[in-house]
Amino acid sequence: MKLLDLGSAGDPGFEAQIAKLAHTSPAACYACGKCSAGCPLSYEMDYQPHQVLRLVQLGLKDEALSCSTIWLCASCITCSTRCPREVDIAQVMDTLRAMARTEGVRAALPKVPKFYSSFLDRVQAGGRLHELSMTILYKLRSGDLFSDLDLGIKMILRGKLKPLPPRIQGRDQVRQIFRRVAEAERREGAAK
Amino acid sequence: MKTYSYYPGCSLEGTAKEYEISLRAVAPLLGFRLEEMHDWSCCGSTPAHATSHRLAVALAARNLNLAAAHDKGPDGLAVPCAACYSRLKIAVADLARDAKLRADTEEAMGEAWRGGAVHIMALPEILARDVGPEAIERATVEPLNGIKVANYYGCLLVRPPEMTGFDDPEDPQTLDEIVRATGAEAVDWSHKVDCCGGSLSLSRTSVVSKLVADIIDAAQIAGADCIVTACPMCHANVDTRQPLAAKILGRRLEMPVLYITQLLGLALGVPARQLGFRSHLTPVTSLLKKLQDRTRGRASGEGGS
Repeated sequence: MKLLDLGSAGDPGFEAQIAKLAHTSPAACYACGKCSAGCPLSYEMDYQPHQVLRLVQLGLKDEALSCSTIWLCASCITCSTRCPREVDIAQVMDTLRAMARTEGVRAALPKVPKFYSSFLDRVQAGGRLHELSMTILYKLRSGDLFSDLDLGIKMILRGKLKPLPPRIQGRDQVRQIFRRVAEAERREGAAK
Repeated sequence: MKTYSYYPGCSLEGTAKEYEISLRAVAPLLGFRLEEMHDWSCCGSTPAHATSHRLAVALAARNLNLAAAHDKGPDGLAVPCAACYSRLKIAVADLARDAKLRADTEEAMGEAWRGGAVHIMALPEILARDVGPEAIERATVEPLNGIKVANYYGCLLVRPPEMTGFDDPEDPQTLDEIVRATGAEAVDWSHKVDCCGGSLSLSRTSVVSKLVADIIDAAQIAGADCIVTACPMCHANVDTRQPLAAKILGRRLEMPVLYITQLLGLALGVPARQLGFRSHLTPVTSLLKKLQDRTRGRASGEGGS
């Protein structure tokens, strides 16, 4: 069990910031634990989902952004669906992940965001996802080169991984979306 | 004949190609047409929404704008992939409630947001509501009597319920209705809406293997001959991770995992070789053999009487 010094100064604006970005109220959570009971990934998490909400309530931003929970969350939305206080916990997880990224916090499970960025970089390149080149890119970035090699070969032989990437006419617009979103996020980050 | 705009999504061009093949095979037999949207792009899926809300919404919105401009599908936008479906529905809801997000999205796309009125439909919704169980029953030429099916809805077809809305989030029935219309039995089981681990398959394989083991174990306890799904992520994980799930359960596993359209194809008399089973990692032989034995048994039974 991890010990937290609750006397240490939390960030008093953190909860309001998350509430605004996630369009939900972490303050409403009364820690019943229903989200954690139904979470299929909770057995692997350092903080249970309801504990992450408590971190948010207490303004313990560093803890919330560096926990493994936000990267193990598979976005199944069971928590938000069942919450008796209608807290959109899945959206809070998304918000924390995005914040960890923009604030440069080292991910507790670096492979997970490496998968996400490999996926998005390939979408940015071609407009649609090309699964084979995404997988190769992810393997190079994560250093996890050899797992699933047999599976990959079987999938290529069965035609599930196409050799050539698709190219759409609108890929310039897709690239523009990536570029402009990144620019807007930089502007807002600098304005803070 | 109903005609839908069609947004296949990236998986249906690759890992879920058998979903596309079987959907194309059954649509005319069930009396609907699919008109693929021109130049669609990726919805962003989980990597986008786990990275940037704004990016996720803009990637989905580009496709909804294309769908709004696509005039060949008057009856709605058919979305076979559960993840695409979820991203599109959520984008519409988010853009409706948040004017700043709408302005940001328009700025990113370089065009006005026009997709708010697109009627987005998940494939099970089309099959159960627009086609309907009666029409499926009428079109069935090879009834699947005696086959036990565990319908695996997963997450994104039913959650969040205020966005998806066409079925119950804890005990959904659409796939069950479709399956029963083919003569097969839809078993009652515990893992209908449990998560397969989704996009953690490569980055955290151990949790996906564990969740897949739980799902297959539950389906076997319920006596299922196969698992049926309408989600490319669910299919990919439950089909491809069986060897790892088998290690966890300590026994050999060979649970066929079918797309709902593949099961329908069998009932509608589409030859099995035209339904894409060859691209599965886990063979569906046990199911096809059971069907064959049953047909043979029926034929000899008829011959004897």
